[in-house]
Amino acid sequence: MSPFLSFFNKIDPQVETKPKVALSEVDHEMRLPVLLFTISGILWLLIGTFFAIVASFKMHSPELLANFEPLTFGRVRSAHLNAMTYGWANNAVFAVGLWIMARLCKAHIRYASMLIIAGVFWNIGVTIGIIGILTGGLTSVEWLEMPPQVGPLLAFSYVLIGMWGILMFRFRERGHVYVSQWYILGALFWFPWLYVVAITMIFLEPARGTIQALTNWWFGHNVLGLWYTPMGLAAIYYLLPKVLGRPIYSYYLSLLGFWSLALFYNWAGVHHLIGGPIPVWLISAGIVASVMMVIPVVVTAINHHMSAVGNARAVWQSPTLRFIVFGAMSYTLASFFGSWMALRSVNVVTHFTQFTIGHAHHGVYAFFTMTMFGGIYFMMPRILEREWPSAMLIKVHFWCAAIGIGMMLVALHVGGWIQGMDLNNPDIPFFSPDSSARTILGALKPWLFSRSISGILLTIAHIAFFVNFALMLIGPRAVRYKEGPTLLAAERKGA
Amino acid sequence: MKNLPLLFFGIFFVLAFSWTGLILSSVIQYGDLKPIAMEEGGVPQPQARVGVAQQGKLVYISQGCIYCHSQQVRRKGFGADWERGWGNRQSVPRDYILQERVLLGTSRTGPDLMTIGERQPSADWHHQHLYNPQFTSPGSIMPPFRYLYRTQKIGDAPSPNALKIPDTFPEEKPEPGYEIVPTERAEQLVAYMLSLKLNYELPESRNAE
Repeated sequence: MSPFLSFFNKIDPQVETKPKVALSEVDHEMRLPVLLFTISGILWLLIGTFFAIVASFKMHSPELLANFEPLTFGRVRSAHLNAMTYGWANNAVFAVGLWIMARLCKAHIRYASMLIIAGVFWNIGVTIGIIGILTGGLTSVEWLEMPPQVGPLLAFSYVLIGMWGILMFRFRERGHVYVSQWYILGALFWFPWLYVVAITMIFLEPARGTIQALTNWWFGHNVLGLWYTPMGLAAIYYLLPKVLGRPIYSYYLSLLGFWSLALFYNWAGVHHLIGGPIPVWLISAGIVASVMMVIPVVVTAINHHMSAVGNARAVWQSPTLRFIVFGAMSYTLASFFGSWMALRSVNVVTHFTQFTIGHAHHGVYAFFTMTMFGGIYFMMPRILEREWPSAMLIKVHFWCAAIGIGMMLVALHVGGWIQGMDLNNPDIPFFSPDSSARTILGALKPWLFSRSISGILLTIAHIAFFVNFALMLIGPRAVRYKEGPTLLAAERKGA
Repeated sequence: MKNLPLLFFGIFFVLAFSWTGLILSSVIQYGDLKPIAMEEGGVPQPQARVGVAQQGKLVYISQGCIYCHSQQVRRKGFGADWERGWGNRQSVPRDYILQERVLLGTSRTGPDLMTIGERQPSADWHHQHLYNPQFTSPGSIMPPFRYLYRTQKIGDAPSPNALKIPDTFPEEKPEPGYEIVPTERAEQLVAYMLSLKLNYELPESRNAE
């Protein structure tokens, strides 16, 4: 065997000597880091929601808080994006993703202090970054709005977390490596690399001209494609069989889904620059990759569907599965939309409009965030050894989130499409002194308004989630001794 | 999966592949573009933005204008950029090479600004528009940037750069004896707006039509 291969084989321990580690031991040892990440994540979710509401209302009522510079639209929408991305979503990924990794490795947790240090530095970095955005340090580089000075702090935390994941994997129990672990290993490796390259080529040593824009979208799209998507899929692949008590439908489909996603998603980001001042062959490559994304999406959808089919009642009863299945279905739909939007003839309408904003929320909220909610509903009782106090609050959370995001998606997709058709018709002005004239903004405003209404529903959902979580954390001891898991529908008689 | 070398190699390979294909290849393909003159002895274009206009770009960045305004003109026939008068040639990679931060933008809640300095050459118009977009653009959803202006007592004579508030907005007028003047940041931002032009040709700009 070549030295190169034997290096990798050392990662795979050959002899089984250690006694088996129970999942409850893993849960217990992961308690502190998981709590740190989950609590920070939920707090960021609330802060991000506040910024979202302000930004959304400002779009149809520009006079709202207009004379307060830190909350001007450009800053508050960036604060929203970064609080949600780096605050909520990343903390959720760290909590749920690392916990699943630890459980699948079935080994004692080592170096948990690495996670604590990374988590503390991470959240300090994001806090400084958000304050930086609001006070004028905004960079105006999409998905990288935080002042570049926080970059090294965040990169350091990322690398610590990535290293911890690989160490965990190194000390795992011998045997088969499950599909969730492939995705998590990939994501833990990919994201620090993406982040470091992006901040280097955009801020520290800026690339020439529009190469910056290419780097920006290679990064921006891969935040979703190679970080949130693999982590979300890892959670679905782990939780779906776990709650239903049956294996994943097909190993080979998981394999195909993983590799095709890894290969194609990478290249797709260029579709954000269709028509822009970059070489046309790159745009074509981006479009091809976006269309090829249909393969991993269909494969994964079949795999998930066939694993869950026939268990509608269990899906309805389990808080985890309700959210996870909603997320998995949204993943399929959002991805189809994404491939379709990359076609030049469609993109000429949807580019530069609210349609893109809608699509981003389709991926990051309807798929990723809902999946993470499901993951947290499953994880917390095992970490805290108590049940969720209120089934009612879970229902409020689910329905307000599901209806809210559904309404937002309709508003932004329909409104964005109309906006795009109008933009391409030079006879329609942006605005007009004649209030009865057909204008782009006039036609868009009602849709922006309904987006704000959907935002209120999402706010209610997040508050319900927060209250339930807080009660679980600090609530009366009685909750701890509740019998059986919190379910959303009555058990069938005799079941 | 038990073939770990394949897993690790694959994970490494896919990202290296896209980075090489998208970014490294671009650096090789057009990373060394230079300003170029159309005829011998002519002024090489594009030229670097300097002074107050460059400072104004920093204001543009820190206010987040990019989230509603793009800076790119697409080719004729793709969208309505030409018909809307946003430029009479498509913008090409060379147009951006001297910019330390490229602000192409991905949203057009408002119009493209690649050539706004040619379309609106009046500084007064820009100041009025920034102070309250409704002055010049009724029905706009652009936020007002009043905080880039300050109210001061009129000295011996009114300042030459005092804002002209339309009579149709009496509630926006300052108290008698006072005037509203741009702060340094507003002057910089308007200088930047006026510097946004695409009034030169490049060898590739016509070919690209």
